[in-house]
Parts: sequence; C-alpha cells; structure tokens
Amino acid sequence: MDNAIEVKKLSAWFGDHQVLREITMGIRRNSVTSVMGPSGCGKSTFIRCLNRMHDLTPGFRMTGEVLFDGRNVISEKVDPVFLRRKVGMVFQQPNPFPRMSVFANVAVGLRFNGKGKSKSEIVEVVERSLRMAALWDEVKDHLDQMGSSLSGGQQQRLCIARALAVEPEVLLMDEPCSALDPVSTSKIEDLIEDLSEKYTIVVVTHNMQQAARISDSVAFFLLGELVEMDKSAKMFTNPSDRRTEEYITGRFG
Amino acid sequence: MTSIAFRRKATDRIMKALFLLSAFLVILPLFLIFFDLLWKGAKELKWSLLTDLPRPVGEPGGGIANGILGTLTVTGLAMAGGIPLAVLTGIYLAEYGKGAFASVVRFAVDLLAGVPSIILGIFGYVLWVLPMKRFSAWAGASALAMIFIPIVVRTTEEMLKTVPVSVREGALALGIERWKTTLFITVRTAAAGIITGILLAMARILGETAPLLFTALGNQFWQTGLDQPIATIPLQVFSYAISPYDDWHGKAWAGAVVLILMVLVLSTVARLLTRTRK
Amino acid sequence: MARPIARVPATGKMKVGANIKDFLFEKTTALFALCVLGLTLLLFALLIRESLPAIRKFGVTFVTNSTWDPVLEEFAALPFLYGTLVSSFLAILIAVPLGVGSAIFINEFAPGWLKTPISFLAELLAAIPSVIYGLWGIFVLVPILRDNFMKPVSRALGWIPLFQGPVYGPSMLAAGVLLAIMVVPFILSVSREVLATVPQVQKEAVLSLGGTHWEMIRIVIGQHCIPGIFGATILGLGRALGETMAVTMVIGNRPDIVLSLFQPGYSMAAVIANEFTEATGDLYLSALVEIGLVLFLLTIVVNLAAKWILTRMVPGRAGR
Repeated sequence: MDNAIEVKKLSAWFGDHQVLREITMGIRRNSVTSVMGPSGCGKSTFIRCLNRMHDLTPGFRMTGEVLFDGRNVISEKVDPVFLRRKVGMVFQQPNPFPRMSVFANVAVGLRFNGKGKSKSEIVEVVERSLRMAALWDEVKDHLDQMGSSLSGGQQQRLCIARALAVEPEVLLMDEPCSALDPVSTSKIEDLIEDLSEKYTIVVVTHNMQQAARISDSVAFFLLGELVEMDKSAKMFTNPSDRRTEEYITGRFG
Repeated sequence: MTSIAFRRKATDRIMKALFLLSAFLVILPLFLIFFDLLWKGAKELKWSLLTDLPRPVGEPGGGIANGILGTLTVTGLAMAGGIPLAVLTGIYLAEYGKGAFASVVRFAVDLLAGVPSIILGIFGYVLWVLPMKRFSAWAGASALAMIFIPIVVRTTEEMLKTVPVSVREGALALGIERWKTTLFITVRTAAAGIITGILLAMARILGETAPLLFTALGNQFWQTGLDQPIATIPLQVFSYAISPYDDWHGKAWAGAVVLILMVLVLSTVARLLTRTRK
Repeated sequence: MARPIARVPATGKMKVGANIKDFLFEKTTALFALCVLGLTLLLFALLIRESLPAIRKFGVTFVTNSTWDPVLEEFAALPFLYGTLVSSFLAILIAVPLGVGSAIFINEFAPGWLKTPISFLAELLAAIPSVIYGLWGIFVLVPILRDNFMKPVSRALGWIPLFQGPVYGPSMLAAGVLLAIMVVPFILSVSREVLATVPQVQKEAVLSLGGTHWEMIRIVIGQHCIPGIFGATILGLGRALGETMAVTMVIGNRPDIVLSLFQPGYSMAAVIANEFTEATGDLYLSALVEIGLVLFLLTIVVNLAAKWILTRMVPGRAGR
C-alpha cells in the first residue's frame, strides 16, 4: 500500500508565530490515520494545511511540500478548489447549510462543482452518499426536511454524506465526535472503519481511546512538532519516544 | 416607617407612575392618528377612489387611481436601480470589505442615510429636471433611490455578517469556488433577512413626499411616459390637505388610508419573512 | 527549503492567478460599491455647484441677514435657520424625557407580555409617512393645541414673550410638538438599546442592598447610560432637523424671527419645499439650493457628533 499523501518538512506560521515545525510524514492510502496531541499542539492547523483551508486566513504562511497526486498542492500554482474536491473535510461542529433540505445539503457539492450532472445522476449520488454515511434509512422519507432539524449525530453524518458526494479520495475529519453524545460517537466511529476501505481518512482527535479504537496509524503532535508516528498498536503499548509515553500515561495533556 | 423610608417609597411610586405616563403619552398619538384615519378616511372610501382620476372641485367622485399607479411606478423604478447597486455593495462590504476603500464606502453610505429627503429632491432636480427641462418619473425615482440605497446596503451587510463562518468553511471545503460560495451559499442563507431589508426600504420610499415635490411633481392625469410628471399618493394627499376645499380634505384622509395600508401590509410581510423561517 | 511557497497577504485576498472568476466577482462588487460612493460625491458636487451663484453674491450674510425677498433678489436664510433650530430643539425637549421614560418603562417595569406589543406599536409609529403626520397635524393637532392650550395660555400669560401675539394655530409650537411625536419612537428604540447594555449584576447589587427600583435606575442606569442617551438625543436632533412635510404643514410658513412659540415660523426644509417650483430666476433657485446645502452640512455635523459619542462612550455599540 502506498501513501495517499506525502508530507515533507511542512512548516507554518501565523504572522511571526510558528505553529508547525518541519512535519514529515506519510499518510497511507485507504487507512485511518489519527493525529493526536494536547490542545495547541497544531493538529487542527496541520490537517487544514492539507486542504488549504488556511488560504483565507490573513497572515498565514506555509513552507515545505504536501505531495498529493504527484504534485505539491500547497504551491501557489495549484488551484485549491480542485484540491478540495479530492480532499474533503468534516468539521468539529456539524455545519449543515441552514435553510437547505437534507437532499439539497448533500447535493450542493455536485451542483456547484461544474461537472454538470443530470438530475437523475444527482438523486443517485445523494442516495449512495447517505447510505455510505449510514443515514439513508433515517432520512429517506424526509429528504425535504431542513438539514438543521436533524439531531447532532445525524447532522454530522449528513456532513459526512455531503463530503462523500463529491467523491473525494481523502477525508479529513477535525474532531468529528467531540460535539456529540456517546451513542452518536460510536455510530460515527463504526462509520469511519467502514469508510476506510474505500477512502483515506485522517482524523484529528484529543481522545486517546478513540484513536486507539479506530486508527491504523497514529501521529503524535506536541508543540507543532511531529514527535512520533507508528502503527496504532505499537504507539499505545510501546511508544519509542518518552514524550509520547508521558502523554499516553496521562502525565500531561 | 421612618420618614426617610416613607419618602423613598413615595418617590419610587411617583417615578414609576411618571414612566408609565410617558409610555402612555408616546403610544397615544398612534391611536389618535389611526382613529382619525379610519373615522375621516372611511367616509370617502369607495371603489371610485381607487379607480377614478382626480376630478375638479365640486364634481362628485374622483379618485387617486393615477396616484396608485404612479406610486408603484416610481417605487418600482427606484428599486430596479437601487436593488442591484445596494445589494452588491452590501455583498462587497461584508465579504471583501476590510480595507480603506471599504471604510470610505461605509462612511459615504452612513452620510447618505442621514441626508434630509428634500435635499435628495434637489439632487433629482439638478440631475434630471434641469437637463431634460421637464419633471419626470425618472427624476423622482432617482431621488427615491438615494433614500433606498443606504438602507439596503446596511441591512444587506448586517444580514450577511450574521452568516457564521462555519457555513462558508463548509462550502469551501467541498471545493466550491469562493464566488459561488458567496453568491449561492452565503447570500442564500441570509436571503430572508436581505429581502426583509428591501421590503422595509420599499415601505419607506412608498410614503415619501418631499423628494418628489419638484422631481415627479404630480399629475392630474394618467402617466403618458416615464419622462413626464407623475402623480403619487403622498403628493396627492399633500395637495388635497393644503387645499382650501372641504371635500378635498376628505380625499386627503382617504388617500392617507390607502397609503398607510400599503405601508402596513409591506412592513408586516417583511417582518413575517424573518419570523417564520427557522 | 526556507523559501516560502504559499503566502497569503495581510488582507486575506487570494492571489490573482488563483481564480479569475473569484477576481472578477470581487471586482464587480467593488465597482458597484464605487458607484454608490460616486453618487454621494455627486450629490455634494451638484449642491455646491448650484449654490455657487448665491454663495458668491451673499457670502456670510446669507446666514446672518433676515431678508428673504424674491422680488428684490435679496436672499438670506437666518429666519429659516432659526425656525429649523427652534422647532427641532423644542421637539427634542419634549421627545427625550418621554422617549427615555418610556424606554425605562418598557425595559424595567412592563410585564413580559406587554413588551412586544408596545415595541411593535412604537415601530408602527416610526413607519407612518411624514405627510400623514402633517395631515393629522393640520386637522387634529393644531386645532386641539390652539383651543385647549394656546388660546387659554395666551389670554392668561400673553405678556410673556414666549406666548405673545395673536393665535392662529399653525405655529412654532405646533411644529415642535408634531416633530416630537415623530422623533420619539426613534429615541425610544435607541434608548432601549442603551439601557440594555447595563450589566445585570450591577442592577442586582443595588437592589440587594435595599434600594428601591427607582433608586437602582437613578444610580446604575444614570451612571452607565448618560453618554448613550446623549448620543440618542443628538441622533434624534439630526432627524428632526431634516423633517420636511409635517413641519411645512403646521408651522405657518412665515419667514419671521420672533420669540413667541405661538407665532408662525418657517424652516429650511419647508421653504425649499414651498418655493422651489416657484423660483423664477437663477439667483432665487441658487439661494434655495444654498439653504439645502446649509441644511445638509448641519445634519452631517450633528450626525457625525452623535456617531462619535455613541462609538466612543457606549460599550458594545458598533458605529451606528
């Protein structure tokens, strides 16, 4: 299995303040990679670099390489719009589009992607995406209801369906369960496992047990640095770096 | 109770009564005005009021039909120009408005919002009436547009700013281009509020008289073209009110009833829009 | 590799090459914004251009003399300036206590179910067109004022300069009262906003020490809200200064400067409204436009002052 994304010496600054220090790592295709660490370690900043969400942040700077599809996607020459269609994102707070129905929410990416899909194709893709997000059965008779009328867990699955509808290769998830109750959380964790067969998934989490449950590989960040990255089993039972061990055993964070 | 405590309690009661009295006095004119409108205006409210043209004094019947059409015409014209200008400016200020240019634009809009409407009549006069050498609907509409635009720029910008960043981020993360995000996601989310702002501004310019006094001027007959003087209900109410004839005074009240109804219906529809959508 | 590859400038705008459509969209909206700015500048320019003849002929005397004679082509705006200022100040004098008092009532004393209807009614008052206020003013307010207040007061106290002269009805007083009615809803809503910024904890502190409701209002709200109320007053003044139709219908339209509130007067907006279409001669028209320019500048100064007060001295009120 090869790497879907290859990160080489990625550094980032907000103004003069450096937030990422020469991160180098590979993200395996069709697997679940967790990024964990204490608050402020740069994990959210990191995954937002992968789909260039920082482009709209004034004063933000990146150096290094993020190789995807053979190209360094953080170069100015690459159009971030195309990148984001291949690398999707699900946010910490579920953010379905207000005033739009469940159906419209999932279809939005298709409608505005300029790929000119026909109405029947859109209907097909919406159903398929909702099924993949394990939401179809719950909403299939209520596709017209407002996206915001769903429960928190359902809204997050709606956002996942929405991201899947544009057929990305990679799915970035920024603490997707931290705003949800335990039942919804476990549903989404199962979902992530299923999805990893077809998609490359990167999950930011501050919950170690979750990282242990769902991921194949784990990357541990501390103060903007990648401290250690390894298979999940090894990270939690026999980490190589002392700082990793201290974090895992709860000495800080 | 000691005398101090008694005094404090008494003062408290007196002040409460005074506050209640002021609220009462503030609301009282509203009831008086509506009562008078209904009482005096209802007498003249017949179908002929809405369908007839004005007739000379002494002749029975006569109405404000041309005023109704005229009001809709100049208001429509003002909005046709005003809506694109104002909404797009509001979008600019909300989405891209961080630099010096945007600050200057905001300042100008605030300035314009405070201009007495009679002065906007002068604007319309100098801009249109002088070169065209006649009064016209165009002149009136341009004066009204100058009232309409600052209101809608402000409400549009405000409404767009209430759309949370998470909505924009969600759209961008799907690979939707920035301009499409703004137009089809952000604006759409704020649409109800933006439309409310437009309707409220429309209700405001419907009732304006001063800027039309020497731009649209008024007309006894039907409109023959947009480059001709045009009647509007407020203008008719004004000329009937200051005339020396009693039956024309009655028509002034009737016209006022029609006018206030239009304003009320619009305002209510506007507010309902933002209330029902959740 | 220390050379930055992706850099976003401080204003957060994406680089031009990234997407031509985004660029065009942004620049199109900017163009419309420029048009709106242009219209404002055009307004200024036209007002100044048309007043130049009068400015050149009369200079400063335009605002210091009192002769308004179209036949002799002597124009001076003092009577109108006087009328505008007096009627507006009178309106504020009446409207501010009433507006602030009702705001306190609604915010502090009114039972919950009453708050929405009263606010709704106040909004309704604000939506009534000026010409309807004027209509009501001519046929209802003026007779009531004249018969129930002006005539008796004139009989009893007619020797006081404020109440001197024969009572016709249309007068500075009528204009002031009508303006007050029109401006009060506005003062009410701004005052309510200002009152709402008072921290609940401070109010509770005074009450828990045994203060009466009125004392709490006097102490806490008095402390916090004076600048905001002052700003609201100035804003209301700005509104009153520019009001045209209602004023011209009840002020009597006589260009005299008299102390008596019972006498007719004239205002800047009213003279423009009444005489613009009759203005024969370029100088006449230019003089009227110059009055408009003076009025415009006056309202600008007042509104700017209000904005300055409200942004500097009231926490949480962002520049309206």
